[in-house]
Amino acid sequence: MSKEKQRDLFPGALEMMILRTLKRQPLHGYALVQHIKRNSDDLLQIEEGSLYPALQRLLKEELVKAEWGVSSTNRRVRIYKLTAAGAKHLEREVSRFERMLEGITRVLSPEES
Amino acid sequence: MSWLRRSLFSRRKIYGELSEEIHAHIEEKTEQLMADGMPKKEAEAAARREFGNLTLMEEDGRDVWRWLSLENFLMDVRYGLRMLRSNPVFTVVGLLTIAIGIGANAAVFSVVNSVLLRPLNYPTSQELVFLHQVAPGAAGLADFQNGLLLSPSMYFAYSENNRTFSSIGVWDTGAASVTGVAEPEQVRVVTVSNGVLEALRVAPEAGRWLSAEDQEPRGPSRVMLSYGYWQRRFAGDRTMIGKNIQVDSQPLQIVGVMPKGFRFVDTDFDLIEAFKFDRAQQILAGFGLHGIARLKPGATIAQANADITRMLPIWMDSFSNGPGTNPHIYETWKITPMIRPLKAEVIGNVSEVLWVVMGTIGLVMLIACANVTNLLLVRVESRQQELAVRAALGAGWQRIVSGLLVESVMLGVMGGMIGVGLAYAGVRALVAFGPANLPRLSEIAIGGRTLIFAFAISVLSGLLFGLIPAFKYAGPRTTLELRSGGRTISVSRERHRARNLLVVGQVAMALVLLVSAGLMIRTFAALRTVDLGFTDALHLQVMRISIPDLLIAKPEQVTRTQQAILDKLSAIPGVKSAAFASEMPMEGFGAGWDCIFLEGVKYDPDVIPPLRYFKDVSPGFFQTSGARLVAGREMTWTEVYGARPVVLVSENLARELWGTPRAAVGKRIREFDSRPWSEVIGVVQDVRENGVQEIAPETVYWPTLMGMKYQLEAPVSLDAQRSVTFVIRSDRAGSASFLNEVRQAVWSVNSSLPLASVRTMEDVYAKSVARTSFTLVMLGIAGAMALALGIIGIYGVISFIVSQRRREIGIRLALGAQRRDVLEMVLSQGAKMTLAGVAIGIVAALALTRLMAGLLFGVTAYDPLTLGTVAVVLMIIALLACYIPARRATKVDPMVALRYE
Repeated sequence: MSKEKQRDLFPGALEMMILRTLKRQPLHGYALVQHIKRNSDDLLQIEEGSLYPALQRLLKEELVKAEWGVSSTNRRVRIYKLTAAGAKHLEREVSRFERMLEGITRVLSPEES
Repeated sequence: MSWLRRSLFSRRKIYGELSEEIHAHIEEKTEQLMADGMPKKEAEAAARREFGNLTLMEEDGRDVWRWLSLENFLMDVRYGLRMLRSNPVFTVVGLLTIAIGIGANAAVFSVVNSVLLRPLNYPTSQELVFLHQVAPGAAGLADFQNGLLLSPSMYFAYSENNRTFSSIGVWDTGAASVTGVAEPEQVRVVTVSNGVLEALRVAPEAGRWLSAEDQEPRGPSRVMLSYGYWQRRFAGDRTMIGKNIQVDSQPLQIVGVMPKGFRFVDTDFDLIEAFKFDRAQQILAGFGLHGIARLKPGATIAQANADITRMLPIWMDSFSNGPGTNPHIYETWKITPMIRPLKAEVIGNVSEVLWVVMGTIGLVMLIACANVTNLLLVRVESRQQELAVRAALGAGWQRIVSGLLVESVMLGVMGGMIGVGLAYAGVRALVAFGPANLPRLSEIAIGGRTLIFAFAISVLSGLLFGLIPAFKYAGPRTTLELRSGGRTISVSRERHRARNLLVVGQVAMALVLLVSAGLMIRTFAALRTVDLGFTDALHLQVMRISIPDLLIAKPEQVTRTQQAILDKLSAIPGVKSAAFASEMPMEGFGAGWDCIFLEGVKYDPDVIPPLRYFKDVSPGFFQTSGARLVAGREMTWTEVYGARPVVLVSENLARELWGTPRAAVGKRIREFDSRPWSEVIGVVQDVRENGVQEIAPETVYWPTLMGMKYQLEAPVSLDAQRSVTFVIRSDRAGSASFLNEVRQAVWSVNSSLPLASVRTMEDVYAKSVARTSFTLVMLGIAGAMALALGIIGIYGVISFIVSQRRREIGIRLALGAQRRDVLEMVLSQGAKMTLAGVAIGIVAALALTRLMAGLLFGVTAYDPLTLGTVAVVLMIIALLACYIPARRATKVDPMVALRYE
């Protein structure tokens, strides 16, 4: 049903990063993007806007919840927070991702004999 | 659930928040960039660039919340509406076709539903049964439609000994005159025994039911009123209960009123009276009563039949036909109960007609669907460009198919809504023009079930005519190229196949319907040639007059009064002759019948001779009604008043008993041993007493004044027929001024005599053939619709083919083809389709018309004349429909056609 927007990322990667970031602290959309960009040392080229459809999906699945609040720049913003279901989902996704990554790494690494 | 609630009710809020959030994001970003020293304009642009496609992001965010299939559906509906609006000619033609089809179907369905499907208007009506019985061993009786009715003694035997009925009773219909209120009035009376009202179980509107005590032979006489009569005569006055009215010059006390809408089985009535049988006086015979019963809960009809079979010997043991008679003589009659649900009795033989009509109207609907399918095919073809663009822009084939289907279903539903409107009008017309003997006519209305039916066939037909074009042009295998403008590409044979098949189907179905209509026309023609036993029905005025014995007691005086009326009637200008009889043919007032014995023949006392139809006639009756005298003469007034034992018989009876009509004259017959021998003075042609399609019964015509009939006991007293139908032969029959003079003439003899059933014999005849003429009209309409739709279909397809082949035809002409060749080419294409349709149609007609065999008269279901005529006519009309576009094809200018290249 949902058309996954595949930019440079594999499906679900953006969501995973959002959840991971929100696990540390609740943030609003703009701050969230800056946080992800900064932490990835700008290695990941994500369109800032693509965050919002992802956030809507997470909201719908009730992995995050949102509350209106005031940002540090004194603007009315929606602050996103991880839910318990979101935390569980993140854990599962991360372990899945790590296994996948391990597999990929093994295939890509020079053969040891 | 929570997401559903959110998605349904707060979606607007979610979208608003999303939008606000995104804009806040961009503002913040811009601010940030400006803080880093970027000029405002540049910062704004950079913020947007970093963000990506703003609209798309917002839309994607919204999509998350959408209930996609529903929204797509609504979008398809909006789009479909736009497409329908943009092509008004197509829409109007399509809508009208569907509306007429669905309207006709809904109208007929509402009749089928009201008459056949809905239970009767009585509480737990499925328990109600009609006590039908047959007597295959009783010669003569087989001619009577009603089987063997019940005698009063049977009623007593059954009601006292049964184990399967919770209540059981007998009833009969009749007429009576009410005097003393206003003008003398003839009213319809139902006479019931105890148990009838209890079986029907409909509570009175006011007062009480007639009860067992009202049945006491020597008790006071009481009566119930129908709601209609109560309103009409007494304006619904409740104080009338307990008061008396004069019925047949006898005071009857009103004890109750039945509620509005209560009908007695299938008859309307004014009064309900009680039988006053004296049980001690009852003999076995007198089979003239209708039996009705309510089964005990859980009892079956089979058990009830077994119960009656068990009680028949009890009945024969408990009663007799008088001293010296053998009560078990009725064993030779082989009386067999054939109890029927009351509903089957009410519906009678009309269910066959209705199912045939429903089937034909269904066929018309199929033809209409085929036409709309053709329209849609043509239209989808011209929309290929648009569909290709949509596919190129990423619409999946499922999406395009569902779009097209939604469009056609919408067309179906809109057509259905107009159709229901038409059905309202149609039902009103049907009730007005429908056969007068259509049962439950007053109950027919368009109700919830009909609306559901109409909606269902709207959607179904929408899917039906939408599926073919949708899958043909938008199916998964079709990859459409944008470049094909359709102009330079010749239409493939494959593409025409669907349309051609539809036309073949239409022609076949139209043929079936036309053949059925043709068979009904042949039936009607055959009915018209039947020698009925009366002539020039349009100029035969009939009316019914009863003289109650409390008004005129002496039998001879009754006959003298009737003769005085005849004299007055004959004096009216324009009257050729006048006479009366106990009833006219096809009037259905209920016949009398009994056995006769021939002089000089030895009869076995254990065998009952065949039953004969008995009629009482006045002198001059046959001359007035137009029945031919085959031999002998009519009786005279002198013979009547002299109580001379003379009698006339029907030709078939004369042939059966004496070989030839001539041989019958002078022979003597009698009803009972105690009666004088009556001499046969004349033989009358056979008369279709029970209806045009029923064989003429063997009839005995007695003088209107003679010794009491049907009663064995001596002494024999003189008796006159008190309820008679007057027949007047006049060119003025039926006109208002004439009827007025007739009334004055009757009232100048006795002012308290009411006239009832005033009509011409033509009306009586029309009512008798109403079932046939109703079927004829319905099948005629269906056939005409089928023909029109079929012709439109074939015309449309040929026109379309011609327009598609313009270029090809142009080339042919340019290369030297003659216009004749082109004409032939196009016509032969139409002829091929028509021939195929006719061939299939003939096979289908042979299979299907057998279903209507019961409605036919004087013609078989596979009548070669009808089949042949319809096939030829259909071919000719179809070829004419092809000729117009074919002519157009020959007019193609090669230059113009080729210039398209």
